[in-house]
Amino acid sequence: MNLPSRLLQLLMVVLMVGGASYLMMQSLPGDAAWRIAAGRYGYDALDAAAAASVRAELGLEAQGGLHFLYWLGDILRLELGTSLISGESVWVEIRHQLGNSLSLAGAALGISLLIGPPLGLLAGLRAGGWLDRSLLAVCSLLRATPQFLLALVLILLISVEMGLLPAAGHGEPQHFILPAMTLALGLAAVSARLARDAMAAVTQTAFHDFARWKGLSNAQTFWRHGLRHVALPLVTYLGLQFVTLVEGVVVIESIFGWPGIGHALVHAIFSRDVPMVQGTALVLGVGFVLINLLVDLLGRQLDPRGVK
Amino acid sequence: MNQVVEGLAPQRVEAVRRPRLDWPLRRVIGAAMVASLVLLALLGNLVIPGDPLEQHLYRALQGADAVGVSDAGEVITSAPLGYDHLGRSLYHRLVAALGLSLSIAAGAVILAAFSGISLGLLAAGRGGWAERLLSLVADSLLALPGLLLVLMVSVILPSTPLALWLGLSLVLWVEFFRLARATGRSVLASPGVEASRLLGFGAWYRFRHHLWPEMAPVMMTAMAFGMANALMAIAALGFVHVGIPEPTPELGTMMVELLPYWREAPFALLTPVLVTFLLLLGLLLMSGSKARTSTAADTLEGARP
Repeated sequence: MNLPSRLLQLLMVVLMVGGASYLMMQSLPGDAAWRIAAGRYGYDALDAAAAASVRAELGLEAQGGLHFLYWLGDILRLELGTSLISGESVWVEIRHQLGNSLSLAGAALGISLLIGPPLGLLAGLRAGGWLDRSLLAVCSLLRATPQFLLALVLILLISVEMGLLPAAGHGEPQHFILPAMTLALGLAAVSARLARDAMAAVTQTAFHDFARWKGLSNAQTFWRHGLRHVALPLVTYLGLQFVTLVEGVVVIESIFGWPGIGHALVHAIFSRDVPMVQGTALVLGVGFVLINLLVDLLGRQLDPRGVK
Repeated sequence: MNQVVEGLAPQRVEAVRRPRLDWPLRRVIGAAMVASLVLLALLGNLVIPGDPLEQHLYRALQGADAVGVSDAGEVITSAPLGYDHLGRSLYHRLVAALGLSLSIAAGAVILAAFSGISLGLLAAGRGGWAERLLSLVADSLLALPGLLLVLMVSVILPSTPLALWLGLSLVLWVEFFRLARATGRSVLASPGVEASRLLGFGAWYRFRHHLWPEMAPVMMTAMAFGMANALMAIAALGFVHVGIPEPTPELGTMMVELLPYWREAPFALLTPVLVTFLLLLGLLLMSGSKARTSTAADTLEGARP
């Protein structure tokens, strides 16, 4: 995709998230003021006066026809409003959580790149060998395991049974290991298969054979004629991986109690904190488009032959 | 997709080809696994009748009971897989949960496939603005993580199963749309379709005899894959307590409910875990997931002599 269509996509994402958030605000079941008051002051301190004060403060009464346009205007001016629960600005909350999520996602991506592609390359060089076949079996099993199930198994085995690592928490380096491993194993399963297929395809090409015939060593052939071809699908996949990562982050952060954007999103959904939902959704969607733009550019660098 | 066009050599167009799926062993095993679990969901309650919500608190976390009569003499429904922490029959909860997850996932896949294929063919046939607009919507939906979309729909719509169904369809149709558009573009431009149109055959005939045979294998793979993704999403949302609300039995919710008791009753936790795993494995085996490997081959196409 080229730059203008990416920009259109960006605009469309903002429109869709804004529209969905507006619908969410309109269709909150029950009285939103009561819900928000319960979220702020706790169910014990909840009464009609608290709900009324919330209603007056947030202007929940006024819902005109132009309201939607104002709503979109706010988004385009990057006014995301304040969280209905904490009263903090959504930006402040998200900036805090996004950092946590990015460090977790980065760690997961790093681990998955260390595990997946190298194994895939080795398997692809000897397609049909024992490594290839066992890798296929392991990858298939991993892909059939939902991430939350993997998290469950890792928690039960490593932290509860062996007591090696903390099951939940945040702040210490050892808290990174389990959630990042959970995310990374799922990603590595796919990237290993991709690397394996790409490598196997490269070894069957005429230029690869020719490179071997003219006397290059295995390593030379790989560095000069193999790596770039293998890298292209992997880089393209990195962009798609971001979605898997984000989706994983929503579930994994909730399980491991990681104070990131996914955790915040689930809590915001729970307490119908629409500005927070809208803010997190916008950040995730826009982030995806931007990362894919980067991936497009990187792909152009790797394969300058031009797009059909 | 280039191969598809080459396959439609003029002399073969006249012959009516039936949609063909090849069934390697892997796919047969996967289909058998899925079919047996579907049968369990359909017939489980007929074979051993019972109520997934009925409580026998004195039997909480107990193993299977062999007889349908309790110590006190009252007749109780037997629970072949034992009881959960609230004394409800695990077997019946499992059957109900499977039925619920499978019907939501199947409903979502069917709706998504129907709308995705029709819109994809519309885009491929019309081209121009229709195609650009639809592709833009599809690409933008791709930018939002599926779980996020489902969660947002679940806030908008009052009933959770309905929200899951529509939300998942909203996520899944994009894949069918892209596949149908790609296949449609090459097949609709082929001489076979042109001949059909000149001979006066209608749109439905062209779909049935030209488009569907080309699309069927890819679509079947996409359906199995979409089904697995839908089931995974339903269970994941249940696991983090934002899915189908309790006490309705659901696979993800069952796991998280039974997690605190895993030392006392490991088997109770293991049942929903195993069922989910087998279902997903079966579906992935069925899908074959060959679609992903094509990207690597396409990249190299230009490099071949």
